[in-house]
Amino acid sequence: MRSSVFTIMKKELARFFGDRRLMVSILMPGILIYVVYTFMGSAMGDLFSVDEDYVPTIQAAALPDSIAALTQAAGLPTEPCQDIQAAKEEVTAQELDLLLVFSEEFDREVAAYEAGSGQAAPNVEVYYNSASAASQTAYMTVTSLLDAYESGLANKFDVNAGVDCDLATEEDTAGSIFAMLLPMLLMTFLYSGCSSVAPESIAGEKERGTIATMLITPIRRGDIAVGKILALAIVALLSGASSALGTILALPRLMGGAMEGISTNIYSMRDYLLLAVVILSTVLVLVTVISILSAFAKTVKEAQSYATPLMVLVMLLGVSGMFGGGASRNLAVYCIPLYNSVQCMSGVFSFTVMPAAVAVTAGVNGAFTLLGVFVLAKMFNSEKIIFSR
Amino acid sequence: MSDILEVRDLTKTFRLSAKQQKLERTKQKLRVAVNGLSFTAREGEIFGLLGPNGAGKTTTLRMLATLIRPDSGDTFVDGKSIVREPDQVRRRIGFLTSELKLEDCFTPNYLYDFFSELHQVDRAVRIARKEDIFTRFGIDRFAEVKVADLSTGMKQKVSLAVSLVHDPEIIIFDEPTNGLDVLTARVVTDFLEELRDRGRTVIVSTHIFSLVEKLCDRVGILIDGRMVQCDTLANITRGESLEDRFFAIYKETAGEME
Ligand SMILES: Nc1ncnc2c1ncn2[C@@H]1O[C@H](COP(=O)(O)OP(=O)(O)OP(=O)(O)O)[C@@H](O)[C@H]1O
Ligand SMILES: [Mg+2]
Repeated sequence: MRSSVFTIMKKELARFFGDRRLMVSILMPGILIYVVYTFMGSAMGDLFSVDEDYVPTIQAAALPDSIAALTQAAGLPTEPCQDIQAAKEEVTAQELDLLLVFSEEFDREVAAYEAGSGQAAPNVEVYYNSASAASQTAYMTVTSLLDAYESGLANKFDVNAGVDCDLATEEDTAGSIFAMLLPMLLMTFLYSGCSSVAPESIAGEKERGTIATMLITPIRRGDIAVGKILALAIVALLSGASSALGTILALPRLMGGAMEGISTNIYSMRDYLLLAVVILSTVLVLVTVISILSAFAKTVKEAQSYATPLMVLVMLLGVSGMFGGGASRNLAVYCIPLYNSVQCMSGVFSFTVMPAAVAVTAGVNGAFTLLGVFVLAKMFNSEKIIFSR
Repeated sequence: MSDILEVRDLTKTFRLSAKQQKLERTKQKLRVAVNGLSFTAREGEIFGLLGPNGAGKTTTLRMLATLIRPDSGDTFVDGKSIVREPDQVRRRIGFLTSELKLEDCFTPNYLYDFFSELHQVDRAVRIARKEDIFTRFGIDRFAEVKVADLSTGMKQKVSLAVSLVHDPEIIIFDEPTNGLDVLTARVVTDFLEELRDRGRTVIVSTHIFSLVEKLCDRVGILIDGRMVQCDTLANITRGESLEDRFFAIYKETAGEME
């Protein structure tokens, strides 16, 4: 590498690592994400889960003996209901979890009922309150009990009785969840990493009047551009890594029970390697684009506002990965910077990545970065950009 | 003595932004900042560009320093064109203005080394020069203090030291004493004289008459982007004070322009 590129890189890195305020702003997203997700996770957990020892309060009107035996066996004590209207109001007020209303003579009607006879089938009404987690849980338990009883009566055949018939492997389940969520999250983190450093370094130097000091030395403009972009990519990666770490640590807490039994340890070394290539080339593209946008701005604030449309674009691309249904197999798709990143990430996480696609992505992004460096160097040479009033 | 700097017919026009038009209450879209400017500076002299606010001093010096390009005309620094060989020119000049800032978060020591590397100064040479100029300006005691924590005067001394890492043949200095107290200003002007005595050429711009009288061997008077007079200090003042002469000249040109 040319020594002046190295000099610029060294200076940029020294600036970031020497400034505590900048370091905080780089590492903060990760810490914030961890705290917020953990907090959200525990709050949501409280909201949706019911204490396992909790015994729901259930009232039943005209409870037939058959069902009474069932609920008894399931450990759901029921009380007889005197006033249906009053009981309904109690359910609404969340004072009562469940109300069952059977037709009189339920057992006899069931025994007499013949399917296809045209007669109305005997009915049971189950009242619950979906706003209450306890009521919701009780509803699920009781209806499944009733369903089981009903199919038991017909007893023509059973479906999935006592066998786990989900043939998806644990890998696939985890993979499809990760392929949904992670490209979007990763892209957002990489963007926020890049946007927390590039405006500072490009527009900031313009704003503070320090870039001209460098421009009167014989250093090539291209070397400044390359040095800056490499240094920014390193710092942006760090910032992105901090966000990613925060997420990885907090994700199990956020997902709570949903993550149980899902192993994150399902990707091979090859997957991680491909992912690293994708992330690196994505960061280069993002840093380059934000740097160029920043070079147009007079102040850091202005630069950040210029970069906002890019943020929206990155988020949209991330979301697009959620619905694409896996990575594209068409190599031409991988010629579009940023979109190719999302596609590759979905591919890696869903085990469908094609190494050729990653290669195309790395190549295209590399070429894009070079072009950007060229543009940035031209901009550094332009007095309209550097001395705009 | 030979001409080391040859300015030929420099012209620079700026397009005024809408904001600037509003600010200056003007409807003009274009502003001719420098208009057909020519002069020469000789080796081992201090040349002063004297002019009121907006005369085009900074614009001229920026063109000499290759930060902006002239619309027409050219300048030769030791025979190298600012338009065609800006790299060669940059090796030969040191440029200093209060608008060129040093990054706050670095120490004088770090910045001196950084700019030495950009100018590809040999390590041994750099160490000797740094030691010399840091003691000369009393920077040595603050060598490891961040620029942000230095006084204005000390900052200016550091800027000066940093702009000279490559020991250039021509030193271009926009408003050298702007914002400095008398003590620091004295250190700076003494240093500029010392540079001249070592055979370097110094170009300064200013609107301060006393500075020109004290420092300059030759003076160019710049009004509205034009050089209205350019001569030795003695030939311009002709025994009067520079201030009186300047106003006389100013009136003449104002009369011509109407
Ligand atoms: N980048 C620019 N864009 C537009 N107009 C400019 C620009 N730079 C300078 N000017 C205009 O050109 C004219 C000359 O400016 P310049 O800064 O060269 O004057 P100066 O002699 O240095 O004045 P001062 O004593 O105020 O520093 C001014 O009218 C200024 O407004
Ligand atoms: Mg000026």
